[in-house]
Formats: sequence, C-alpha cells, structure tokens
Amino acid sequence: MSKYHVTTTINGDEVDFTCYADQTLLEVLREDLNMTGTKNGCGSGDCGACTVIVNGRPVNACLVLGAELDGANIETIEGMSTGTELHPLQQKFLDHAALQCGICTPGFLNMAKALLEKNPEPTETEVRYALAGNLCRCTGYDKIVRAVLDAAAEMRESTS
Amino acid sequence: MRYEAPETIEAAVALLAAAGKTARVFAGGTDLIIQIKEEMIEPGMLVDIKKIKETREVILDDDEIRIGASVTGAELGENKELKKLFPGVVEAVQLIGSDQVQGRATIGGNFCNASPAADSVPALIAAGAKAVVAGPNGTRTAAVEDLLIKPGQLSLAPGELIISFCLSRPPKNTGDAYLRFIPRSEMDIAVVGAGVSVTLNPDGTCAAARVALGAVAPTARLVEQAPDILLGKELDERVLAELAAAASATCQPINDKRGTIKFRTSVAGVLACRAIKIAWERAEKN
Repeated sequence: MSKYHVTTTINGDEVDFTCYADQTLLEVLREDLNMTGTKNGCGSGDCGACTVIVNGRPVNACLVLGAELDGANIETIEGMSTGTELHPLQQKFLDHAALQCGICTPGFLNMAKALLEKNPEPTETEVRYALAGNLCRCTGYDKIVRAVLDAAAEMRESTS
Repeated sequence: MRYEAPETIEAAVALLAAAGKTARVFAGGTDLIIQIKEEMIEPGMLVDIKKIKETREVILDDDEIRIGASVTGAELGENKELKKLFPGVVEAVQLIGSDQVQGRATIGGNFCNASPAADSVPALIAAGAKAVVAGPNGTRTAAVEDLLIKPGQLSLAPGELIISFCLSRPPKNTGDAYLRFIPRSEMDIAVVGAGVSVTLNPDGTCAAARVALGAVAPTARLVEQAPDILLGKELDERVLAELAAAASATCQPINDKRGTIKFRTSVAGVLACRAIKIAWERAEKN
C-alpha cells in the first residue's frame, strides 16, 4: 500500500507528513505526529471529542482523511494558548470548573472558539446549538455553556 | 486502498470506470469514512471529487440554479441568495448532523448515500431538482426521484457520478419548506420528513404544487395526488385534510425503534400540512 505525501500548516507551522489512504486526520495527529491533545472518542462523528479546525471550519478529525489535506490549514488544541498564556476560553473553563475527566474538553474548546470567531455575542441557545455535536458524559454542560458565554463577554471587552 | 483527487469530470469518470465496483466517490466522507472504518465496505480506491470545480460551485443564473454535489451544508447555509430562492432545500441540508458534520457533509453525499431518511431528498424532489450525472457515455440529467431505487442504492451505471443538482429559478409567488419529526430537537435521523414546494396564482389559489415524503418508504416519495388536490384551490381545512390523507396513503413505512408504521403514517399527514402552510406563506411573500 503506497503512502501519500501531504504538506499542511498546523498551528501556524508547516508540517509535512506521509499517510495511507485510509488514515484519518485523527490518526495522523495522534499516532504519527504525537499530537495527542486531540482526543479519540467515538470515531464516527457523533461525540465531537476530536474537533479541530480545518481551513477555518470546525470538523471531526475522525471524519477527515489525511490524504486530502495537502495545503490545508489545521488548528488543534495544542495551538490554542499563546505560550503559557491560556486562551480566554481555556481560562474560563478552569474558572467555571467546566471539565471533569477532560476527554471532551479539547473538542468543546475548539468548537467554542470557532463559534466565537463567527458570532462574538452568542445567546445561550446559540451556544447550546453550536455545541450540540460535542458530548460530555461527566455532564458538565451547564458549566461549559456558562464558561463559553463568560469567555465571549471577556473577549468582547478586550477587543472593544 | 488508493486515494485519487482528479481535477476534471473526465478524469474522475475514467478513474471510476477503470476501477469498476471497487471504487467509491468521496466527497464529505461523513458516511463513507465510517463505513470503511467499520469494515462495512472495502473500497480499492476513493475518488475525491472536491477538486473538480463543477462539484464545488453554486451558480445562480437567470433561469437556472446549479448546486455542486460537493458543496457542504455549512456553505449552503451561508449562501443568502440561494437560501432566499430555496429556503426548504437549504434548511433540509442544514438539519444534517452537528456543525462539525455540516462543515464536511455535502448535498451530493446525502443524496448518494441513499438513506430513505436523508433530509435533503424530499426537499430536492419537492423543488423539482434534476441531477446532472456524468459517465463514460457523457452527461445526462435525471429527475432526482427517478434515481432512487432502494435503501443504499441509486440508479447509476458503472463509472457514473453526480456532478450537481439543477433547479429552475422559481417563478413569482413560489415558496418551499421542509420539516422533519425527530423525538429531540437536534442530532437525530428523521422519523418522517416532508418537503413541499408551491406556486400561487395572482388570485392566491394554487398554481403548482409538489409534496414529497422521507423515511416513510424504501425511498423518498412524491405524493402523486397532491396536485389534483391543490391546483386551483385555497388552503382551507378541507384541502388540508385531503392532503394529509393523500400523504398518509403514500406511506409504506417500516416499524423500527424510531417509529411504528401507524405513527409514521399519521405523522406524514401532519407534517405535509405543516410544511405546506410554511411554503404557502413564503410563496405569498415572494
């Protein structure tokens, strides 16, 4: 089976990798690039744990093939903080205790980040709909929603 | 497995024709990758059609609208002009999956996966969509409902693939709508789906109507009697009751965990009536 050579940008850095045709972006990230921040939940696009941002759109990394990503711009959880300074969403997740086991957290953070880039002032309903494709089985949804709304408010203040 | 990403329709057709049944067309991958990972299918080749320009465009001409097969739900939702012309079609596609899935899932993939419950299909049938099909013998167009055979299967010859969906620009006073029943508010598969398109006469009576149902038969179905019931009429209680009865009579559903035969048959009538009220209101404003 032949491998495909793919050139991408991941969190601002040019990253080359080779992969088989049936390897997903999730497998490439975790197994080949050792970027294990992106979590493997269901592997079928139901749970959102592997949510990353590809060319500006949030997607399930388990439902994207590595081979199709030549030239793609990929954002993962590893690129969310600036050095040791947490992204406001990350800080608010801590402040609101919006995580327990943490497996769903990178996916929720990326999804929330994508939402706030498109809609800086979402209503609670809009946040809940935007996060409908992310499952948390510790059931911290309420705290997650509050953390996202609080981060949105803080991010609006810092840009105004 | 091989991965190919041709840039022209001709190259895609040649790859598919040469590989025979072992090749699969790959667009958003939200169904296909799961089928591969769960070893339900073992394709020898994936032909990614997303680099083919014609599958990625939405073209809004004076008389014709073309939606590329590999345009995603998220992209359709952002196309304000298309949403204005065919709100029912766009809403139907936007019901598929989460926002993450919307970023990948395509209108052509939803159609080609050939699920009886696919949300886009009743809406496309109601809107009178035709599929543009490319193959070894050139390009043909077919009414979308004529391509549906049974769950998981379309009437496409070896080497054929769908490039786009073609819709006539709606005449004045036309509106469409799609509604589905699911037991929760998001992230589910239709138990019943109903798509409606109506055109009104200047006097407010019905000039044209198409009503289609999903998840109530092996394929999405057109309610054949709908024009007989609706043409020349206003939307009163008697007409709605007749439409509901015709919609229910069109059903040939199964019993499963999502709904019983009785429930689906009854809800199909209810949804057809609710959808036509929305489509009618939109038509009055257009």
